[in-house]
Amino acid sequence: MSSLRSPEDAFGMNESMKATAVNGVPQSGEGIAGRSLVQLTMVRFREFWREPEAVFWVFVFPVLLTGGLGIAFRNQPAEVLKVGAVEATVSAALSREKRLSVQIMDRSTGETGLSTGRIALLVLPGEEGVVYRYDDTNPEARTARLLVDRALQRAAGAADLVQTSDDIVREPGSRYIDFVVPGLLGMNLMGSGIWGLGFAVVDARRKKLLKRLVASPMRRWEYLLSFLLSRLVLLSFEVAALVGFAVWIFHVPLRGSVGELALLCLVASLMFSALGLLIASRAQTIEAASGLMNFVMLPMWILSGVFFSAERFPESVLPFIRALPLTAVIDTLRANMLQGTPLAGMFWPLAIITAWGLLSFFVALRIFRWR
Amino acid sequence: MEAPVTPLSLSIRGLRKSFGNVVAVDGIDVGASNGECLGLLGPNGAGKTTTIEICEGLTRPDAGEVELLGLSWRHNADELRQRIGIQLQETQFSDKLTVEETLRLFRSFYRSGPSVFDLIAAVRLEEKRAARVMGLSGGQKQRLALACALAGNPDLLFLDEPTTGLDPQARRQVWELVAQLKHSGRTIILTTHYMEEAERLCDRVAIIDHGRIMALGTPRELIASIGIGHVVEFAFNGVTGPLELSTLAALEGVRGAHAENGLYRLSVSELHRSVPALFEHLAGQGIELSELRTHSPTLEDVFVALTGRRLRDE
Repeated sequence: MSSLRSPEDAFGMNESMKATAVNGVPQSGEGIAGRSLVQLTMVRFREFWREPEAVFWVFVFPVLLTGGLGIAFRNQPAEVLKVGAVEATVSAALSREKRLSVQIMDRSTGETGLSTGRIALLVLPGEEGVVYRYDDTNPEARTARLLVDRALQRAAGAADLVQTSDDIVREPGSRYIDFVVPGLLGMNLMGSGIWGLGFAVVDARRKKLLKRLVASPMRRWEYLLSFLLSRLVLLSFEVAALVGFAVWIFHVPLRGSVGELALLCLVASLMFSALGLLIASRAQTIEAASGLMNFVMLPMWILSGVFFSAERFPESVLPFIRALPLTAVIDTLRANMLQGTPLAGMFWPLAIITAWGLLSFFVALRIFRWR
Repeated sequence: MEAPVTPLSLSIRGLRKSFGNVVAVDGIDVGASNGECLGLLGPNGAGKTTTIEICEGLTRPDAGEVELLGLSWRHNADELRQRIGIQLQETQFSDKLTVEETLRLFRSFYRSGPSVFDLIAAVRLEEKRAARVMGLSGGQKQRLALACALAGNPDLLFLDEPTTGLDPQARRQVWELVAQLKHSGRTIILTTHYMEEAERLCDRVAIIDHGRIMALGTPRELIASIGIGHVVEFAFNGVTGPLELSTLAALEGVRGAHAENGLYRLSVSELHRSVPALFEHLAGQGIELSELRTHSPTLEDVFVALTGRRLRDE
């Protein structure tokens, strides 16, 4: 049973130890103003750098994605379309058109080829002339129909009545990669703002570390400010990596002021951080927080025009889509990079961004759960 | 009790707190004088943590007054946070920071206090100075929590279940540290459900159950107050049904009888009379003992005497 005497065994006290900190005279001089803010911000950096996944998602992933999309959508020489023909005469007439690759096949092979997408169009013998079998909702098939038809008509002796020639435009600025880079930049700003802040706050709350910090003399505004400060530093690297890569490899143009572009990224990042703070203001578990983040971000990935223009959605929902924060951010980035629009020319998207940022921040402060 | 001559470091009066329908703290009055170690001893859910978190300024009471170092949370919150040290029940520090970085952060919140190096030495984590929190053992994490509590060189220290979940050796190490802190003249308020911890570390112990203080005094006073000299515990083999507790209690020199999971426990004033009487009684029923031990009463026995229940099952 218990002994009330203290054991002098396993953990004997060492005299010099007793004399130090615990009994020691308080030392001052470590408490210069702002020091706790510096420490809090350093903690943010350390936690970021020591999480390899976070480094990957923030820096490597956007560059890989840009590279992948750039290669997938590179401007190739106009594609050769595959078509099938049942009759040898038709095939011979089509083989003179260099944008077509024609194969002779029987009807059933041809139909299988159509349904599996191996050929875009099948030419069948008709009662008079020929029949084109193809899917008219497929743009490739429609192009094939035009090419096949013209080749057959010419082979039969039709002549061009108007003299035409081609003037091909493949300038930087109007390619898909030029369109998608500002979209990816906006998406990246959103992801790192919301994830970077949200997960760290919810994790600290889950571990009761937030409660412990609040019980100490730490100033709460310094805690929140440390997230913004670290965000701003990481932001500059993140934007430089993505934009630098796009300009260097794909010659994506920067037609607007680079200083204004930096300012736009800064404002966007602050706004998304505020949104992240709002999402993280009550959640007690990482699962709840991820659910909320996906709920907020997923619609914007689809609707806000990252990969294709938001203007493709029906007119009736466009006002709603334009009011989304990511739409506004991407609009300003595209306007700056591709059209060279100055800040003065983007009043509405900037107003939307500012409104989202301020609203999120003040609501988050009101409802934030510190324990 | 003697009149309080030293000023009170902590004074709690008429404290009440409910969460919904659950009354967590139901009228607690207690004080701790300067340099004293006061223990709040009770089972899980007794209201210890709620009480201590009200003292720490983390929870607002429904009613009652708390004064720490002559200051109150209502008027002097910033000053109080500088002057108290806190170790919460289940804080997990950031896994990715090292011991030194964690302490540097906490040290930066206080106007004055020991250096980070001295804090590390005080809790004997020198060898783990550069180790990530992730790689620390439970006992080492708890010592880090203690070091964080000391970062502002506090006059008043709150320790909420400082050794819960630790293995016996780690527990002893934490006890040594707390004993050392006591010697440095700090006032310590400690909650625990280990009676051995309370007996060893606390100058006075408040036994808490259902949000109320059942008894308050030095461990010696509390043990003396139940008026029993010894405790006899026994168990037996065989298929005999449970013994009649009232019959046992009526044996010579027996003050009370309890039974739990086949283990019988008698509170006894005169061992030399009660044990022979017990043997005679059991032999009369043909019962063979499998286990018999006697010990001096502990705070555990005080708790049993006050509530009819044990502090915890182990």
